[in-house]
Amino acid sequence: MAETTVNKKRRTLLLATSVAGGAASVGVAAPFFVSMLPSARAKAAGAPVEADISKVESGMMIRVEWRSMPVWVVHRTPEMVEGLKAMDTRVADPNSKGSIQPLYATNEYRARKPEWLVLIGICTHLGCSPADKLKAGPDSGLGEDWRGGFFCPCHGSKFDLAGRVFKDVPAPTNLVVPKYQFLTDTRLLIGNDGTGA
Amino acid sequence: MSRSQALLNWIDERFPLSKLWNEHLAQYYAPKNFNFWYYFGSLALLVLVIQIVTGIFLTMNYKPDAAQAFGSVEYIMRDVPGGWLIRYMHSTGASLFFVTVYLHMYRGLLYGSYRKPRELLWLVGVLIYLCLMAEAFFGYLLPWGQMSYWGAQVIVNLFAAVPIIGEDLAVWIRGDYVISDATLNRFFAFHVIAIPLVLLGLVVAHIMALHEVGSNNPDGIEIKKKKDAAGKPLDGIPFHPYYTVKDAVGVVVFLAVFSFIIFFMPEVGGYFLEYNNFIPADPLKTPLHIAPVWYFTPYYAMLRAVPAFLGSQFWGVIVMGAAVLIFFALPWLDRSPVKSIRYKGPYFKIALALFVVSFLVLGWLGTQPMDFLGKLGGTDTAVVLARLFTLVYFLFFFLMPWYTRIDSHQPEPERVTG
Repeated sequence: MAETTVNKKRRTLLLATSVAGGAASVGVAAPFFVSMLPSARAKAAGAPVEADISKVESGMMIRVEWRSMPVWVVHRTPEMVEGLKAMDTRVADPNSKGSIQPLYATNEYRARKPEWLVLIGICTHLGCSPADKLKAGPDSGLGEDWRGGFFCPCHGSKFDLAGRVFKDVPAPTNLVVPKYQFLTDTRLLIGNDGTGA
Repeated sequence: MSRSQALLNWIDERFPLSKLWNEHLAQYYAPKNFNFWYYFGSLALLVLVIQIVTGIFLTMNYKPDAAQAFGSVEYIMRDVPGGWLIRYMHSTGASLFFVTVYLHMYRGLLYGSYRKPRELLWLVGVLIYLCLMAEAFFGYLLPWGQMSYWGAQVIVNLFAAVPIIGEDLAVWIRGDYVISDATLNRFFAFHVIAIPLVLLGLVVAHIMALHEVGSNNPDGIEIKKKKDAAGKPLDGIPFHPYYTVKDAVGVVVFLAVFSFIIFFMPEVGGYFLEYNNFIPADPLKTPLHIAPVWYFTPYYAMLRAVPAFLGSQFWGVIVMGAAVLIFFALPWLDRSPVKSIRYKGPYFKIALALFVVSFLVLGWLGTQPMDFLGKLGGTDTAVVLARLFTLVYFLFFFLMPWYTRIDSHQPEPERVTG
């Protein structure tokens, strides 16, 4: 056999071993990749939480921790609910078409019951927690025409009393509504709406 | 033969000790006209050593655990003998690392050190810069203060802005649905093992590439073109002892500045250590004003300046990423027939000046709240300014092939000037 000729059998074997070795490398990489996914413990900590809303008076809100995220439960007054209509022209996505919420909250109130607003209190821009500025008017520090809502101090995003994002602010979508259900009139379950967590 | 010579011979037969010494120090010929700007490469190397040594000693007392991390840093500061000094060396070193690296990169811009044949040297340098950013970011979560936590929150959510896979990607990075103990633990692993290993490898590659092509100089001409009968560059002097001694002077001045900061102003008015980071991380309470440490603020200002578009905030992320990655393209953007700013025309000088101004202004804007300059036609004035200077920043690169080609230039000298 001349030294210059290609040994076809050896070349085929080399190719086969390279492919097998490559496949094995991908296989070995898999456990390292999956080890960085949330552990069983982290997943368990993501279970639903229950909140007692009997003491939340009209016009007030409470914060509940779910998956280490702040969830706001706002008891809107009839005036607040009425005022949402007027905000339609000032918010970027009035009908929540491009935002995340369960089907039962894809309405003008973004809620199951108009008076109860449930939101994940994390700005859709970069994950800060906005401050509540529920009261209308200049006392909010947001100008004369402020109708109540939420203000993110990180990058200046504003949201109305249905968590809908204002036009021309950094946040792209409305605040996220988590899955939830009313177990009774005074007990709220966050993270589960009966369709699975 | 003396005993020491005999020992050296014994080693040289088994390991290329003399060869390495000669190739990289005693017989590595560097241009004789290095100036002030040439201090920062060796100073960056010094800071790397400081960071590694102080880092090793910090890990002896630090606990990468969400419940204990903040406390363990305070424990280092108060109860560990000398702990405060080591920690301040590490925190000040982080900022000065970026000071030296930014000045080192600016030197490259001044004298065209990224031009042929030093393209790979420059590319490896940009990779080092990226590694440094990653190292700084991972390290900043470790004290587990409010700014650590919310800064990491903002940056990890940049990945969540990636279309389709973003949310899953962010969960994979965090190892949880929020920044948590799992995140802290893995960031610790990246900060103390993964990134430093890569960084050291890249630094070795950087120096190897440098010593292969030879150093550039303030005149931007190749000293290897003029050699004496022995094949040594006429304008070259051995790195050791000439530049080792010169760099030692730089080290003395640098250490004086370094010590002054550590002993008299370790926080540097909230710029090196942010005040909010003296409050333990609280996932339910966002600080009123979130700003990264100064070395990231130019890019942060760009991120904030880009509005959401088509229902996605991904555009800001793209702009920010592009602002860093565009440095990779630099060797192929500059079409000037000369390398050094000394012989370049007014267009390049103006462009570079505007670039430096925009980098500084963006850096300053990034440290401030969005509304600190009031409004301009319904938009925050600071945002308008940030958009303007982001544009200038990118135009420096995008227009470079054009303005460097039509620019006037002076002839390069045959030999290096003083």
